[in-house]
Amino acid sequence: MAELDTSGGGKHKGGKVRSKKVSTRIDLTAMVDLAFLLITFFMFTTTLAKKKAMDLAMPDNTVKTNQLPVAATRSMTILLGSHNKLEWYMGEPGKSAPTVDNYGKDGLRKALIENGKKVAATHAAPDNFMIVLIKPSDKSTYENLVSTLDEMSITGVQSYAIVKITPMELGDLQKNNIY
Amino acid sequence: MPRVKVARKSTAIDMTAMCDVAFLLLTFFILTAKPKVEDPSKADVPTSSKEKVVPEQNLATISVGQTNQVYYSVDGSDVRTEALKAMGEKYHVSFTPDEIKNFSNTEVFGVPMSQMKSFLDGTIDSQQKFPQKGIPVDTTSNNELSNWILTSRQADKALHDKDLDIAIKGDKREQYPIISTIIEILAKQRLFKFSLITDLKAAPKK
Repeated sequence: MAELDTSGGGKHKGGKVRSKKVSTRIDLTAMVDLAFLLITFFMFTTTLAKKKAMDLAMPDNTVKTNQLPVAATRSMTILLGSHNKLEWYMGEPGKSAPTVDNYGKDGLRKALIENGKKVAATHAAPDNFMIVLIKPSDKSTYENLVSTLDEMSITGVQSYAIVKITPMELGDLQKNNIY
Repeated sequence: MPRVKVARKSTAIDMTAMCDVAFLLLTFFILTAKPKVEDPSKADVPTSSKEKVVPEQNLATISVGQTNQVYYSVDGSDVRTEALKAMGEKYHVSFTPDEIKNFSNTEVFGVPMSQMKSFLDGTIDSQQKFPQKGIPVDTTSNNELSNWILTSRQADKALHDKDLDIAIKGDKREQYPIISTIIEILAKQRLFKFSLITDLKAAPKK
């Protein structure tokens, strides 16, 4: 069986069998390849970005609480219409002409900040914050509602509520061609 | 002139460090992995500047996709199992243990109770191809979505003694009435606080 004995140990006179020194270095290339393949797989299948959300609290409509009268001049009503347009007015409906505006930095946000300042200047503390009523019409989109709510938090409006729109206000929206 | 001899270098690189890094990253990704859930509603959520993270556990999500289809998903397979059993009793549909098991692995669904049996009857593949029409929603106090929310809340209370958090995930092009209907349904169950799932938009400079 000469073929199996390739160690060449037979050459030594002393007859001591020495084991051949094998290098301890392994070729890691294949292992690294595999590792990176798996990394890529897990990177694509995981969701690292957590879902973000905004909290919305609706009023409890089952409990009738004593509601304090509020000056109409402190309230701002925002009507959400179609085509990403809205209109807003201060005070009671029909008394002041509504302004048609758009969502965004120069539209709603500017109006909210300006009206907030006006209300704060004309009323006595501590009741000098503005109250905002959001009235989405059936033609407005969910995005419109979310961006309005977002503007509330950006401009720091303390009290706001989502309220049902009235037929009179719908007529107003129709007049301005955004319903 | 003697020629300049370029030292011959071995082309073999020491891979040990690279291997270490690769496996470190691999371990990290395996441990943080949470498989993506296929969302049949395909809702394109609006953006906002809010950075509040939605709790992952103990959450029920109502998704409204395009064309007013409503999907429902609740966290925890045990809660789903109990909710399905309760719903089966309510709508007089009996489910086999296989169907219940199938349902406990279904994260998001949008089929009316009348089609639930045929939806659950089959493999995961056939389930994904199933034409989901959305859960029936209306303003009456006894509609299917409202019952799903109610049963899963009861199941969560019984199993974990926790109050289920509710989140609404709506498509941004969705018109307001369907959202208002869902808010009304929640209000009827005295749920007045919930989250609206949004994408993050860069916060505006003040």
